[in-house]
Amino acid sequence: MSDRMQPQFKAIADHALLVTFADEISEAAHAAVIALDHAIANNPPEGMIETVPALVNLLVSFDPILTDHIAIETHVRDCITGLNIRDITGVQRVVKVCYEAPFSPDLEAVSTATGLSRDAVINAHLAGDCHVLMYGFAPGYAYLSGVTPEIQVPRKLAPVRDVPAGSVIIAGPQCLVTTLMMPTGWSIIGRSPTPILTNDPKHPFLFNVGDRVAFERIDTATFDRLTGEAANA
Amino acid sequence: MPNATLSVAFAGPLITVQDAGRPGNMRFGVSASGPMDRLAFDAANAALGNAAGQSAIEVSLGGVILQCREGDVTVAITGGDFVVAHDGSETRSWTVLTLGKGERLAVRAGRAGSWAYIAFAGTLEATEWLGSRATHSTSGFGGGAVHTGQSLIVSDATTREDRLGDIEPPDFLATGPIRVVTGPQDQHFADDTVAQLLSSTFKITDAYDRMGMRLNGPSLQLNGALSIPSEPIVRGSVQVSGDGVPTVLLADHQTTGGYPKIATVISSDIGRLVQSRAGDTVHFAAISSQQAITEARAFAGRTADYLTHIAVPRGTLEQRLMRENLIHGCIYD
Repeated sequence: MSDRMQPQFKAIADHALLVTFADEISEAAHAAVIALDHAIANNPPEGMIETVPALVNLLVSFDPILTDHIAIETHVRDCITGLNIRDITGVQRVVKVCYEAPFSPDLEAVSTATGLSRDAVINAHLAGDCHVLMYGFAPGYAYLSGVTPEIQVPRKLAPVRDVPAGSVIIAGPQCLVTTLMMPTGWSIIGRSPTPILTNDPKHPFLFNVGDRVAFERIDTATFDRLTGEAANA
Repeated sequence: MPNATLSVAFAGPLITVQDAGRPGNMRFGVSASGPMDRLAFDAANAALGNAAGQSAIEVSLGGVILQCREGDVTVAITGGDFVVAHDGSETRSWTVLTLGKGERLAVRAGRAGSWAYIAFAGTLEATEWLGSRATHSTSGFGGGAVHTGQSLIVSDATTREDRLGDIEPPDFLATGPIRVVTGPQDQHFADDTVAQLLSSTFKITDAYDRMGMRLNGPSLQLNGALSIPSEPIVRGSVQVSGDGVPTVLLADHQTTGGYPKIATVISSDIGRLVQSRAGDTVHFAAISSQQAITEARAFAGRTADYLTHIAVPRGTLEQRLMRENLIHGCIYD
């Protein structure tokens, strides 16, 4: 890999190492994070507990009884040598979205802010080339990149309380499907019946970081049918 | 073996089922959770002769009252210096007692400490999520919060007469400032801000729960109006919000966040930090990451010795009397 992507290493307390590829968010930095995450998963150092991929860096946490920052850094440097960032293509996941009322309370505001019709906003959302950047905030909250520029809107000034789980929310270039009833300052443009928390012990979360996400538009009848099936399952 | 059924006559806020936690899921936005004070939790199980990590109840300053409806079960209560009221008598946390049918057990805030643990000689029935019964407090996933009016089932409940009585509390906890390793984003702070963190007195505010502990003290100035890309967070991260206020992130922390982290509390000092209360003062001292590793290993060694020591049953009353008679016999012969 190029010199530009040589990371910085920072020790965190007695139990983690933070590997940082860039100060600013970029596709290249995130691709390096994902590639390193895969390389470490295929060849984990002794004493490692877990890795946490984020936007520009990867956390490697470890058991200080078994190893230390220096041994982990040495191992990570070995993984970085010969890292092929283009090797990694995530799995394509499909998330169904109902954009109809009452699931899309902010669609009108986004339409007004962008000067697009409601359908144009929806089509722009469907056209996004979305990738899972990282998880954060709460269990299953996967931050997706790739909201198209014409529907990028800033966060609201104040968060809205008690936004239901399954809400499809956007802010700037990012999109998220919520998993819990939580406050959010992002714009709510739809509701998804696709569970992100799958209840499958072998695969408890729908996405891995780096996966691609395609949205599929459904109507209210389909939404009701799918959520009914999920409730009965 | 029989079950014991306990009804929750009263539960304050932030009282949850916890086990050793669910590490390994931070990449999915899930912090490890588990006990706020890991050593006190481990001691409660060890004192009963339980396997490490069995589910227990974490009691907050709000306190809890349990009423035994069915069966008998021996319980261990550890952590801080809480008041333990049982069957008409009052004692303190760090004790093992048997809760008989019809008896009440109250654990409430005492002279010190923020978190106590009630472990059971048996299995506390609780919902598992991602392989653990630890409660993630913001989502409620896992064993869940303990509420007034709820019933708790302890399956395979036993009484362990040979374990009754006081538990020696750990005597090897560090005293003095809470030790941190500076960074990982110390470069985002003004030159003297790290020195300010290490030389100032901070007060714990009321904004203290399982997610974190907000501190009150001098404003920690960021190096300009910086917004950093969201980065991973660990238990013990000291993050500083835009207004210069530090928060120590704890068991149920968010897994990523965009506030710079000026320092991280070492793992062996988190237990004593969390036993502090709102209004208590906190000082920080920096150590190197190598010193932090040395400290973690020494603490793990002392912890293992301590848990082994308190796990030895002291014998039944009869055995204890016998032993004392024999010792006396040796002296008088």
